[in-house]
Amino acid sequence: MNMLSDAAAEKALVKKMNEVNYKMVGKDVSVYYGEKRALFDVNLGVRNNTVTALIGPSGCGKSTFLRCLNRMNDTIQGAKVTGLLTLDSKDIYDPDIDVVELRARVGMVFQKPNPFPKSIYENVAYGPRIHGLARSKAELDQIVEASLQKAGLWSEVKDRLQESGTGLSGGQQQRLCIARAVAVSPEVILMDEPCSALDPIATARVEELIHELRANYSIVIVTHSMQQAARVSQRTAMFHLGNLVEEDDTDKMFTNPSDQRTQDYIMGRFG
Amino acid sequence: MTDMTAATPAKSPSASEARTRRRNASERRFRLMGLIAVAIGVLALVGLLVSIFANGASTFRQTYITLDIYLDPARLDKSGARDIEEISKVSTFGYAPLIEDSLAAAMAERGLTGIDADDAADLISGEEPAMLRRYVLNDPSQIGETVEFNLLASGRIDGYYKGRVTMASAELDRNVSPEQLMLADELKEAGILTTRFNWDFFTNPDASDTRPEAAGLGVAILGSLYMMLIVLVLSLPIGVAASIYLEEFAPRNRLTDLIEVNIANLAAVPSIVFGILGLAVFINFVGLPQSAPVVGGLVLTLMTLPTIIIATRAALKAVPPSIRDAALGVGASKMQAIFHHVVPLAMPGILTGTIIGLAQALGETAPLLLIGMVAFVREYPAGPPEGFFDPASALPVQVYNWTQRGDPAFFERASGAIIVLLVFLLFMNLIAIILRRRFERRW
Repeated sequence: MNMLSDAAAEKALVKKMNEVNYKMVGKDVSVYYGEKRALFDVNLGVRNNTVTALIGPSGCGKSTFLRCLNRMNDTIQGAKVTGLLTLDSKDIYDPDIDVVELRARVGMVFQKPNPFPKSIYENVAYGPRIHGLARSKAELDQIVEASLQKAGLWSEVKDRLQESGTGLSGGQQQRLCIARAVAVSPEVILMDEPCSALDPIATARVEELIHELRANYSIVIVTHSMQQAARVSQRTAMFHLGNLVEEDDTDKMFTNPSDQRTQDYIMGRFG
Repeated sequence: MTDMTAATPAKSPSASEARTRRRNASERRFRLMGLIAVAIGVLALVGLLVSIFANGASTFRQTYITLDIYLDPARLDKSGARDIEEISKVSTFGYAPLIEDSLAAAMAERGLTGIDADDAADLISGEEPAMLRRYVLNDPSQIGETVEFNLLASGRIDGYYKGRVTMASAELDRNVSPEQLMLADELKEAGILTTRFNWDFFTNPDASDTRPEAAGLGVAILGSLYMMLIVLVLSLPIGVAASIYLEEFAPRNRLTDLIEVNIANLAAVPSIVFGILGLAVFINFVGLPQSAPVVGGLVLTLMTLPTIIIATRAALKAVPPSIRDAALGVGASKMQAIFHHVVPLAMPGILTGTIIGLAQALGETAPLLLIGMVAFVREYPAGPPEGFFDPASALPVQVYNWTQRGDPAFFERASGAIIVLLVFLLFMNLIAIILRRRFERRW
């Protein structure tokens, strides 16, 4: 790619961003795991205060794309990311960017609830503590309480903050993980199939929570459940075999998708 | 494999019943074989322990002769000036008559006769005049006083009460006569000769071939302790740092593969090879003193490192990756993720590996023989750190040493030393178990 077209592409990107208010933008994003190419030139934006659902059959690259957004792919041996990914118009793969700071701004909730084997309080306080977000114990207490409130867990655990986080039920653990992510005041929260290990009641509770969090955060959620995508998201992106098939308003995607593959997948004809 | 022969699916109930019976029978056979294997192992262990305890338990009781000894100024300090220089001129031979006289007096008091004073004095260990001299030099003000001492009985007398020496064997023995044994019996009746717990075994240094009764593990225990300190201080940080780097930071490439294979190989290198290395490098090249705990400690560190590295890497690998992801996900740096979350979770495994490595090092003999720890050491090493450079012995080497000696009393001592070694090992394993329990967390 030459300088000129690079600059032009950049310009077009900025223009587009100013129009639609994107928080994060991926342009021609490709990911290679060693020799294997997992993602083919994906162009996808994450809008402010919007839940974006990534759907598609297993191995289609949706989790891979999600993990590009906070550079968690860096931890995988032999993974290589090309293309441009921006957060607030800044290239997040720029050598000047501190990946630790990026991950504080782009938090993540994983598929399996993975609380630290420490107390509930410590689980939430860990992030603020390493980032120096609280100057005093009282301030830290406040952050912990606020985060647990936001994750809708406060009323259930306020009397046992010193008990182990691993002693909670699966749904509570996942909400604890969300509280932990929220505690460092990120701007974007990435969720990688956050409900796949939960029962329907816990799932409903987490989905409700995602609704509430949308007011303050941009959320990207990978899900295998069509109903979930339809329930929680405003924008939906469909991946297939490492390609982005299409991305549109969720309502339109589920009623009148422009691509046949999307239609087939949503109808349960493959995947 | 029996299933394979019935390739066609058996439809009749009798065929399936037969298959079930065969399956159950083979399972029972396997369980029985397992039980037999376990039984053989347990039997071997019990046999080993029984034989060691049967031979060694008596080490911990020792025969003593209690005497009131008059520290005669006429013999010990002729000038009367209590000048330490003058007093120290009196050699061990000057102290022997004091013991002899005191024993003769005690015998006369109880009307025990029929044996001359010289033969009677042979009941007492040849080590004791030296002990008496040390006592006096340590506190010259005691000269002129009468002090009660528990004196070690000689090895043959001690052996008599442990069943090693009999009247019949004493007939043939140049070192002891039946008359002496009879006198010992009479002294025992009089309450002068007693058997009690053998603290001296833990505090005395090694003794010469003719004085097994005075031989103890003091220097060996101290030497082993010093070496363990050195091994712990060196191998724990080096081993853990190396494992964390290899496991968490090092890129996976040819070089790290090579290092990995070599660490595994190093763990399998015979320990004597490490001894040769220690001799060549630490003593001949660096010029560290022979028989010193510092050299032993360094050699054992080299030996222990692979064990610790392998155990630590296994422990780090066992920490679920989700914990790393969780820490990285909230914006912890790689190092924070490792030191705040991964290492604490791996701690039980790391400590267990370290203690197993230490226990292995404690029982290691071969490399120590090569670096001169087999020497006969009577002097206690100084306190650390200077003591690390003084000659010392080590527990397993002391065992080896004693089994080489002629007097059967040393064989008893060797078994006793093995018991002490086993108790130390047991104690270390106990610590490992306690630490593991303490640090264990579930996720």
